[in-house]
Parts: sequence; structure tokens; C-alpha cells
Amino acid sequence: MSTTAPVKSLAERAAAHRANVFAIIGKSAWPVAAGFVFAYVMQMVVAPGVGDFYGKLMLDVGIAILAGLALNIVNGYAGQFSIGHAGFMAVGGYVAAGIVYYGSIKLWGSRDIHGGFLGPGELLLLAGCVIGGLFAAAAGVLVGLPSLRLRGDYLAIVTLGFGEIVRVLLQQTDDVILDPKKVEAASPLELADNLGGALGFFGSPRYLDPKNPFWIWLFVVVVLIVSYRLKYSSKGRQLLAVRENEVAAEAVGVPTTRVKVSAFVTSAFFAGIGGGLYAHELGNSLRPADLGFQKSIDLVIIVVLGGMGSMTGVVVAATALTILPEVFREFSEYRMIFYALALILMMILRPKGLFGLKELWELSIWRKVFGRRRA
Amino acid sequence: MTKFVQVFLNGLTLGSLYALIALGYTLVYGILRFINFAHSDIVTYGAWLAFVFATAIGWAGTDSPAFAMPFILLMSMAVCAAMGFTIERLAYRPLRQAPRLNVLITAIGVSLFLQNAGQLKWVFGTQPQAMPKLLSEQALFTVANVKVPIVDVWIVVLAFVLLFLLQYLVYQTRMGQAMRAVSFDERTASLMGVNVGRVISFTFMIGSALAAAGGMLYGLRYGTLLQSADAVWVLMGLKAFVAAVVGGIGNVRGAVAGAFLIASVEMFGAAYLNPQMRDVYVFGILIAVLILRPGGLLGKATVEKV
Repeated sequence: MSTTAPVKSLAERAAAHRANVFAIIGKSAWPVAAGFVFAYVMQMVVAPGVGDFYGKLMLDVGIAILAGLALNIVNGYAGQFSIGHAGFMAVGGYVAAGIVYYGSIKLWGSRDIHGGFLGPGELLLLAGCVIGGLFAAAAGVLVGLPSLRLRGDYLAIVTLGFGEIVRVLLQQTDDVILDPKKVEAASPLELADNLGGALGFFGSPRYLDPKNPFWIWLFVVVVLIVSYRLKYSSKGRQLLAVRENEVAAEAVGVPTTRVKVSAFVTSAFFAGIGGGLYAHELGNSLRPADLGFQKSIDLVIIVVLGGMGSMTGVVVAATALTILPEVFREFSEYRMIFYALALILMMILRPKGLFGLKELWELSIWRKVFGRRRA
Repeated sequence: MTKFVQVFLNGLTLGSLYALIALGYTLVYGILRFINFAHSDIVTYGAWLAFVFATAIGWAGTDSPAFAMPFILLMSMAVCAAMGFTIERLAYRPLRQAPRLNVLITAIGVSLFLQNAGQLKWVFGTQPQAMPKLLSEQALFTVANVKVPIVDVWIVVLAFVLLFLLQYLVYQTRMGQAMRAVSFDERTASLMGVNVGRVISFTFMIGSALAAAGGMLYGLRYGTLLQSADAVWVLMGLKAFVAAVVGGIGNVRGAVAGAFLIASVEMFGAAYLNPQMRDVYVFGILIAVLILRPGGLLGKATVEKV
């Protein structure tokens, strides 16, 4: 019929579909801007007002939310079960700590905190965290690739093995170099072998303290917005399709392999950033055992209890599970027993978690409260 | 040569322990198709219960009567079998029809529960304990200048006796026939009159009893019992699981073959390469086998049915 219409070449058609570069920059800029504003408010208004104890608690909550949301991408959206996510945190944490510690000495001659709020030291921290995230993402490719062949529990074992291998390898590293002159002389490759071993990486400057929570909240907001967009985008729908039924998803044309690996990479990236922030928070020790199996299980508990696939569920669970142990300090030996029972009962009574796949604003309780009343 | 024989014998002993534990994983996986994460904690409890019984009775050293070790072994196995039965009833049975991910999470929950309950003051406590030396560490005989202690001989002989009993049970008895039928097709087996619930309970009890034996022998061989939430136990369970997967999970003979393979790789790797990297070698084998031959060495390749 339409022989008169000009026939477009394939290249032309592709060009029409190609996204505008400037639009992408704009779209990715505003989460950062929003995070900046929120983190600035937290830094300037909230942090001075709450005192050191609650300030530290809020830092821990922030990192738990960050890491929980990262795991939620793999575990909640894609339905791939990872119980080695602390391994990604360890990769990010150690890379960031190495960059910040040795970087400070190489750049400024001392390992102290350098510059104030948004000063050069904090920019080095930012760079360290992002590079740590990239390293973790590379590890995510390594772990994600076997997931092409493995399902469910096998994948869980591989991720667990990954976390253990990371821990063992970190324990093999030598002591941290304390002498600035030796650091100046050493090459980056040599420094990468001096990460503290089993005793842990100590001495890295602690930029994040109760008065200075800026970077944590910046990344929390960024991950929240990324999670939100992912969940309601076509990419997120693909992930959810894989989660619900991988064979059916493949049958309707979802590239399951690529989708799963990309979920792993994204998740590992943010977990790595979470690890980098963890490494620079006041009062945390960075030992291979601190970011081991137990931490992975903590993250799994957050995601499972909150609701696999629910961002607000993860936020609520991360907040509650960080604050509750502080409240019930006397019963600390019963804490894990309680969590374990909660996990078992949740699976038997409410298998989808507290919120399921739904977000806070999607819960049916609102319809009951605010819905139209029958006459 | 002496070193080689020594490492080989160590591998044989460790392989026997792994085999006992791996069989529990493989039996449960063969029937329910899920990894019983709490299995390694049954191993822990097997060892700790043996310690508790031995100290309660007062058998502390090699002067204890000759029947002490078999007696305590049987007690520990019986209690652990009861534990396996209870866990299956309370935690796993309500989830029989649930997605496998949920069962997996429940299993992790059970594992966490057992680990942390074991740490309570009135259970096993948080202090490591020395296992009573119920078996002499005297050399029974010498091979190529390597002394073979009585403990090691006990471990290997007992492991093989239990393995042959299990082999007989699975392939020669009515119960074994029922187990294989449920493993093959649960619904059809049920239609043919097999009491599926009872078969599953039985499988859990057998697996847990073998795990208890493995745990107790481990305690006798290595001497110290670490607290129940220590990573050592999880790691040992994991390596046994790796053995089951490498041999082809769901396959009884495969689990035994995998256990000896994993143990010898671990021991020879530790002796001739880097001793601190032994865990890395084991997980390296796991990943390689999963990628190259996902069904395991003796397993059948399975096709996902829609």
C-alpha cells in the first residue's frame, strides 16, 4: 500500500530509537541532586540535633538500608538468591580503604582527615567508594556468570563460596604500612598486598561520624531512586519476570542471561559503595571476618523480612533490625535466636515478607482506611 | 614418600568424615530437592552432644571402658536423629508445596536458630571444649614410617561400615525402595501407596544420624570443639556439601566419591601448595564442576521440565 513512503535504512531507524545523550545526563543528574539536597539537610539540620549516640545509630541505619537495597535488586527483583553479598561489601570496602589511606599519604603525606566538609579528603573518599563499587561490580560479573547455568540453591552456594574466598584472600594480605616514606616508595600493586590481613585494615581516616553523615545519605537516596526506577521500568519488569518464572520469561523474549548478570553487577556496585562507606565510618573495624558470612545473613534477613522486592519494606526492616538490638541490649544473646525464629515463622505464615512485592503506598490497608465508605 | 603417605592417610580420614556428612545432604536433596542448610548444625550438635554425654557419665580419658565410644556414638546418633525428625516436622513440612527459595530461607533460619541456641549458657556455652579422648591416639601400625593412630582406623572403618549399611538400606530393603520411588516421582509414589511423609521423616533421621557420627568422629580426631556458631562448623558442612555436589547430588555413591576427592584435593593442596588456601581449592573445584559438568561427576544431566 505505502510504496510511496521512503524506505528508511536500518541505521536511520536505529538512530530514531537511540536515546538523546543530553536527556540521559539530565535523567541521571536529578537523583544525585535530590540526594545532595537530602544529605545536606541531614548534615546541617538533623546531625547536629540528635547527638552522638543517635547519630551513630543513624549512620548504621543508612548503611544497612544501602546494602539491603543493593541485595534487594538481586534477591528481590531478580529472584536470584545470594548469601555472599558481604563479599561485595568487603571488596568495595577494602578497595576504598586502600585508596583513601594510601592515597592520603601519597597526596598529602599523612593519613589524617584532610579538609573539612566537601573538602579534598572527602572527594578522595567519594572517589574511593565509587572505584570500590566498580571493583565490586567486576566481581559481580564473575559471580553473575555462573548464574547462567545455576538456579536457586546452587547459586546460593556459589555466592557463599565467593564470600568465603574473598575473606580468605583478604586474610592472606600483609600488614598495613604505617611509615609514610615506605608508602611513597611502594608501587600501587605492592600496596594492594598490604591490606592488614586477618587483623584488619586499621588506621584509615574516618570521614563519616555522627556529625558528618553526608555521603551515606547521598548514596541512600541515589540507590532508592535507582531502585524505584528499576522496579517500574521495562528492565525491572524483565527482572520480575525472571523471578516469577524463568522459563516463561525466556519464552516471551526476555534475555534472561543478560538480565540476571546485569542485576548482579548493579547490586554488587551498590554493595561495594556500601562497603566503602562502612570502612570509613567512625567506630567500625574493617576486618575480613566483619564482612563475612554473618553480615551476608544479616542482609538476607533484612530483605526477606522486609519483603523481597519492596524498597520501603527493606528500609523499614533495615531501620528496625538496626535499632532493635540497641533497645534490647540486655537480651543480646537471644537476638539471633529471635531473628531465626522470625525468619522461619515468616516463611511459613507470610512467605512474601512483611510488605511482599508492594511498597508502603501500595498496601491495601490504605484503601481500607481512606477508601470510599459504603452507605 | 613419608610426607606423601601421611597426607594420603590424612585425606582418607578427612574423606571418611566428609562422606558421612555429605550423605545427609545428598539423601535429603535426592528426595526433597533442597539443600538442608541446617545439616552442618546437626554435625555440630552430634559432636557437642557426645561431649555432654561423655562428661556427664564421667568418661574423660583413655581409661574409660572399651564400650564407651560405641555407646556414646549411638546415643548421639539417636538424639540427632530425633532432632532431624523434629526439624522436618516443624519447619520443613509446612512448606512442602512452597517455592524452593522459601524452603531454603527456612533452612537458613533453622541453621541460625541451632547455632545460636547452642551458644546459650545452659546449652553448650560459648567456650571451646576439649573432647574427651575416648579412643587412644597410640599407633596401631606403621606404614612407610607413618604411624597410624587407632582413632584414624576407627574413623575409616566405621565410615565404611555405615556406608555399606546405607547402601544395603537404599538398594535392598523395602524402605530403600520407597525412598528411591519418592526421589524419582513423589506424586506417583504416593499414588502407589508409599507413605511419602514417613519416607521423608525417615530420610531426615538417617541423614542426621550419619551427620552425628561424622561430628563425633571429627571431635575425637581433632580434639577441640569450637562453639556452635563458629564458622569452622559451617565450613565443614559446606565442604561436605561441595563433595555431594561434585559427586552428583542425589547420588549416594557419588557423594562418597566426591568426599574422598575433595578431601584429597584439600589435603594435598594444603601440603604441597599453600596451606592457607585450602578452602579456595575446594570452592574452586565446586565452581569448575558446576560450570563444566553441572550434574556432578557421577550424576545424570537433568533437563528442566516446564
